[in-house]
Amino acid sequence: MTRKALWLSATSAFLAVFTLGAHAEDRVVNVFNWSDYIDSSIIDDFTKETGIKVVYDTFDSNEILETKLLAGGSGYDVVVPSGNFLARQIQAGVFQKLDKSKLPNISNMWDTVMERTAKYDPGNEYSINYMWGTVGIGYNIKKVQAALGTDKIDSWDVFFNPESLAKLKDCGVYVLDSPADIIPAALKYLGLDPNSTSPDEIAKAEETLLKVRPYIRKFHSSEYINALANGDICLAVGWSGDVFQARNRADEAKQGVEIGYSVPKEGAQMWFDQMAIPADAQHVAEAHEFLNYMMKPEVIAKSSNYVLYANGNKASQQFIDKAILEDPAIYPDAATLQKLYTVSPYDPKTQRIITRTWTKIVTGQ
Amino acid sequence: MSAVTAATSSPANAAGKSAPARLSAAFVSRLVIIVPYLWLLFFFLVPFIIVFKISLSQTAIAMPPYTPVLDFRGGIPGFISGLGALNFDNYTWLTQDALYFNAYVTSVVVAAISTVLTLLVGYPIAYGMARAPATIRPTLLMLVILPFWTSFLIRVYAWIGILKPEGLLNQLLLASGIISQPLIILNTYTAIFIGIVYSYLPFMVLPLYSSLEKMDHTLIEAAKDLGCPPTSAFWKITFPLSLPGVIAGCLLVFIPAVGEFVIPDLLGGSQTLMIGRTLWNEFFANRDWPVSSAVAVILLLLLIVPIMIFQRAQARAQEQDQ
Repeated sequence: MTRKALWLSATSAFLAVFTLGAHAEDRVVNVFNWSDYIDSSIIDDFTKETGIKVVYDTFDSNEILETKLLAGGSGYDVVVPSGNFLARQIQAGVFQKLDKSKLPNISNMWDTVMERTAKYDPGNEYSINYMWGTVGIGYNIKKVQAALGTDKIDSWDVFFNPESLAKLKDCGVYVLDSPADIIPAALKYLGLDPNSTSPDEIAKAEETLLKVRPYIRKFHSSEYINALANGDICLAVGWSGDVFQARNRADEAKQGVEIGYSVPKEGAQMWFDQMAIPADAQHVAEAHEFLNYMMKPEVIAKSSNYVLYANGNKASQQFIDKAILEDPAIYPDAATLQKLYTVSPYDPKTQRIITRTWTKIVTGQ
Repeated sequence: MSAVTAATSSPANAAGKSAPARLSAAFVSRLVIIVPYLWLLFFFLVPFIIVFKISLSQTAIAMPPYTPVLDFRGGIPGFISGLGALNFDNYTWLTQDALYFNAYVTSVVVAAISTVLTLLVGYPIAYGMARAPATIRPTLLMLVILPFWTSFLIRVYAWIGILKPEGLLNQLLLASGIISQPLIILNTYTAIFIGIVYSYLPFMVLPLYSSLEKMDHTLIEAAKDLGCPPTSAFWKITFPLSLPGVIAGCLLVFIPAVGEFVIPDLLGGSQTLMIGRTLWNEFFANRDWPVSSAVAVILLLLLIVPIMIFQRAQARAQEQDQ
């Protein structure tokens, strides 16, 4: 019986290989994007319109994506790394330059965003913005009101000031397990350059973080979505879109949990997820068609309406739900936008200092 | 081990047959030995050599992110000059920061404690199963294996729901009035132990069961007849006879537990410093494949020692059998 089953699976594996070979002439694009990051009807519409089949795969951390890309032969035609990862990957020779002649919809893009993404991708030669957002403070409105006597958080002080964070210790504080997001925030709070690579200044950020460390329950980059939504914690330093997801889940659950999100007035880090084509992509023409399709105003607007992130497409804004477009937590007003900063990728030496500092903050060793 | 015995015994069996038959029998038995060696070669030795080679390289911003990449594109001289660029700097680096040493020690300690706990929980289960009526034993065995049918990750996630301050366990204890304040279990070492004991229990129970089931029960009856109290009969007869099972079970739990990453990440607190996490940091956060490979090589050496002890014990047990 077992032997028969083995043979069956072996033959079906062979069959699968042959059928794949037979259909090699069908047009395909292999997309690797973040999980929960697109309205799936967009993919169906793309296939209907162009006849190109989309093999859509997802990841949940930049590190996983980067490892696949650096090892080479990932088999993907479109990938979506974040800005500072993209910059290093461009340096490593992971991507190919985009053929702008095949991307007429690029005229829809938003110059304010492109100016900033140029920091990672000079001249925007390799990538196109998909979504962008901020690193800020997500909180449980009622619990914060009970602990601090206010339901309005507008400053990093609530997190970096030990006295204030101590009051939130018992109801629970989660922080992103991501040094590149938290250390620059600490530098900004101290009035230093968030891009600083000076070991002395990084040490000052470490000192600030160690003071509030006793009041932090956990460093984790995804658990806080559920924890916020379930009311298990009252404050999380996290990515804007994740906090909105938590807010929506909490609304759906109707357990009386209300989630707020704040872009601190001192300034917050802006992050960008950029679509790019690996140098060893097999379906370059299809990848360009896909990118061009994603730059159609109504298409990318549909995606923003679904994932609740701002996108880098100016023309799409007329198709975006009013509630999203007018939410300052998603589309900050011009004054806040001015204060948002970007962080450049670290060189290997600084990266090692940052990781070591982070291990010390997180584990105490 | 068994492959070797099969190889030496089968030509003897074939002795009475004609020469070609003997030859083909020898050929078949040789094939049988080759299979496990090929397996070891392709799935252990080759990957190990690749990892070891990377551990002697240096990081670079490139694809792949280290230099030198040994290949024959530069011909034999290029290959040889590449070999010259390899060195043990990454291993020296590991000794310069106490972080790595501490992480190894914590991992070994956590794995050792978890193994002992798993043994304490698993032994009575296996004993009960082996003593159960033969008709229900298959069902019991099935029940032990059943949790494997659900994804490991989901089962670990379920423990978050059970252990968290507002979780099932605390609700139960609070409602029954046993405690007045919720217990903080999640994000502590206790939660890691619970997670490891739970996840690895079948690996402990199955070898224990197989050695306890084989045991000759008349030995215990004989001990009873000779006036030996049940407890000392257990320690003098049952436990020593089940020792191969105990060793196999402990190694099956200890070895993967040392390198465990998922359970400490999900159930443990941020302060848990284990080698799996350190390796992750080196590989993903620092993008330093060479240093992370060095960490992995040392980890492997740490694990090979218990495996060798196990092999020895097994060989000794087999000698005793014969």
